[in-house]
Amino acid sequence: MALQTALHSWHSSNGARMVDFGGWDMPVQYSTIVDEHNAVRSDSGIFDIGHMGRLKVHGPDATSFLQMICTNNSANLKPGQVRYNLVCNEKGTILDDILVYKHGNDFLLVVNASNRLKIVSWLLNNIRSLNVQIEDQTLSTSMIAVQGPNAISLAKQIISDDPSKLGYYFSFDSKTMNVPSLLSRTGYTGEDGIEIILPKGEEVRVWEKLVAIGCKPCGLGCRDTLRLEAGMPLYGHEIDENTNPLEAGLGWAVKLDKGEFIGREALVKEKNTPSGRTRVGLELPGKRIPRELYPITKNGIALGKVTSGTFSPTFNKPIAMAYVPANLSAVGTDLDIDIRGKTEPCKVVPLPFYKRKTT
Amino acid sequence: MDPIKLRYAKTHEWASIEGNICTVGLTKFAVDLLTDVIYIDMPDVGDPALKGDSFGEIESVKAVSDIYSPVEGEIIEINDKLVSDPSMISKDPYGKGWLVKIKMSGKQNLDHLMTHAAYEKQIASESH
Repeated sequence: MALQTALHSWHSSNGARMVDFGGWDMPVQYSTIVDEHNAVRSDSGIFDIGHMGRLKVHGPDATSFLQMICTNNSANLKPGQVRYNLVCNEKGTILDDILVYKHGNDFLLVVNASNRLKIVSWLLNNIRSLNVQIEDQTLSTSMIAVQGPNAISLAKQIISDDPSKLGYYFSFDSKTMNVPSLLSRTGYTGEDGIEIILPKGEEVRVWEKLVAIGCKPCGLGCRDTLRLEAGMPLYGHEIDENTNPLEAGLGWAVKLDKGEFIGREALVKEKNTPSGRTRVGLELPGKRIPRELYPITKNGIALGKVTSGTFSPTFNKPIAMAYVPANLSAVGTDLDIDIRGKTEPCKVVPLPFYKRKTT
Repeated sequence: MDPIKLRYAKTHEWASIEGNICTVGLTKFAVDLLTDVIYIDMPDVGDPALKGDSFGEIESVKAVSDIYSPVEGEIIEINDKLVSDPSMISKDPYGKGWLVKIKMSGKQNLDHLMTHAAYEKQIASESH
């Protein structure tokens, strides 16, 4: 039986098409993917992201514990700061990609729904003699993302403190419709926006208010096209336990000089003698859409595979991410994609495909 | 076309048969499931159409699906306007969104094609 967020019945009774995602029954779309995608790029959309895992890490050794578990630096996080991290195993391959929030003396980890239980047991198994407690708050809280150029000004109407004062990738405690909540200027769409964590039971009221003031309900379908345009990896596609952060282009989130952490040794080796493949963005001049696992070829020789592909609603053309040999990864390189037996040309383009204009 | 009078394949194509000419399209149910249709890959005029074989593809943002021929024959016309504006299939699946016309070869047994009532029953069970 799939898990349900507290907004599940709202979704079902408001025309959402539901799909299983990471063990949760989630809305994929209410209207159409393109319609919802465009709302987020031009105005604002809201996403139920209650399925994301929310794990509190606290105790006197919490900082040194996270330094051991994660690839990025958690020791120099400022109060309220949020940082992208990878959790790697000893082989230096990726168990999950997560956000680490510095919250008072504690930390909050936001992990992928599909990896939550794996990460909880990974954390518990690696505490060893450290004085650290892990609290899985996923089922006792809800999480809503408000995303788009108008997201902050709309969300501001229901938040006690001004969210426009938040720096990008910072969070604060405030009240949303008078309910204590944690707000962060984060997201997975390539747009400005805010993510709200609040106690379970309050989410329907907040969600309906956001809809009433003009935020469009959006499903996981456009969340995928939005993050793909923004060049963001999705666990199970661009990254998994057979991928290391360096070939995935996530080396910026790996601090080899911060001290010992799980996977460090393997990643130092990888840095000195790279795997030879790398994640790239691809663009196609045609209309046929490359899908996951389609082979990348050159002169008929298979070189790699598509990890995610879609039709980009913003650019009106097919785009994809893929792994290719590093020597064929330069921007402008011409490659081919085997789309169900027919070869289509494509070109390596810079990632991200989409970058919002910052004011 | 009047959906009541059409015949339907399990794979969600509709067929309108007049004499030996079969016009083929996709049902509203199928098109609504796809949403965001981006591209329709059509056969060429003169291509053979084999009953139950794919003669084209429909790409939406989310997925690609084959389009199967409900009858045996030869493609004699394709809907060019739909190629240039694939959204037509969502707006008018039983009218301007038709796909191809097939000239049927000889007398064919059409028992595999459902009536409107039988098709309605199939989609009712699929949407649960």
